Amino acid sequence: MTPPVLNDIVLTNLETVPGRQIVEHYGLVSGSTVRAKHVGRDIAASLKNLVGGELRGYTELLQEARKESTERMVAQARALGANAVVNIRYSTSSVAQGAAELYAYGTAVKIA
Amino acid sequence: MDDPSTLETYDWAIVLLVYGLPVLGLIFFGFIGAHVEKKHYASIRAREAATARLPIMASRTLESGRTVAEARLVVAEVMISHDYFKRFLAQLRNFFGGRIRSYDTLMDRARREALLRLKEQSPGASIIANLRLETVCISTQRKNAIVGVSIVAYGTAIRYV
Repeated sequence: MTPPVLNDIVLTNLETVPGRQIVEHYGLVSGSTVRAKHVGRDIAASLKNLVGGELRGYTELLQEARKESTERMVAQARALGANAVVNIRYSTSSVAQGAAELYAYGTAVKIA
Repeated sequence: MDDPSTLETYDWAIVLLVYGLPVLGLIFFGFIGAHVEKKHYASIRAREAATARLPIMASRTLESGRTVAEARLVVAEVMISHDYFKRFLAQLRNFFGGRIRSYDTLMDRARREALLRLKEQSPGASIIANLRLETVCISTQRKNAIVGVSIVAYGTAIRYV
């Protein structure tokens, strides 16, 4: 479980980057991804479902989705010339059966 | 040809198989599920004690006045499900209405586990600010089948100088 490592871009879900000064706002950046698990994971999960406990397949699914949506958001921020994204929010919805959407959004800024 | 008495025992065997197997399953998976939950709670308590020095707060602003060396986003996910027996109890409860007790522990386990993972991702941090918890529903092929609860927890890990 690695944090979203994006060395050149600072990510926070605060309104500012503590200890740094925001010098420019670039506006909203966002990234979204819809992920579904494959049948094998479904079967494994339904077996695990009998005894309860963590369903690792689904946890990984969420993790991958979160990483991808964050990366897309960061790519947008980078294209704008930002070096930080502040006030990040994650939002989720289930658009289709067995699939989950993860949507990440935030404000791209330049910090000094 | 066929002895009617053997047919009868055959019928009984089928009746036992059809009704007995789910009941056996309920008991069997109920016990395993209870054991899994007990073990999980033991692990949660131990890790909570180990990470008690890293506070998590839900507020957005820091009023410590201390210099911040590093701030970064941390995210943790977890998906936890119920055992067969508890799901059966919940379905019964759903019919009669009222408080579904077995879901309390499920939600509690999922949230606490997510918070712990958040803390474990922030070694060296002094505080985790602006905690957000998001509950995700991954629907399944069957209608009304709640596979489990999944939580996404995120916040900003802050390290003071």
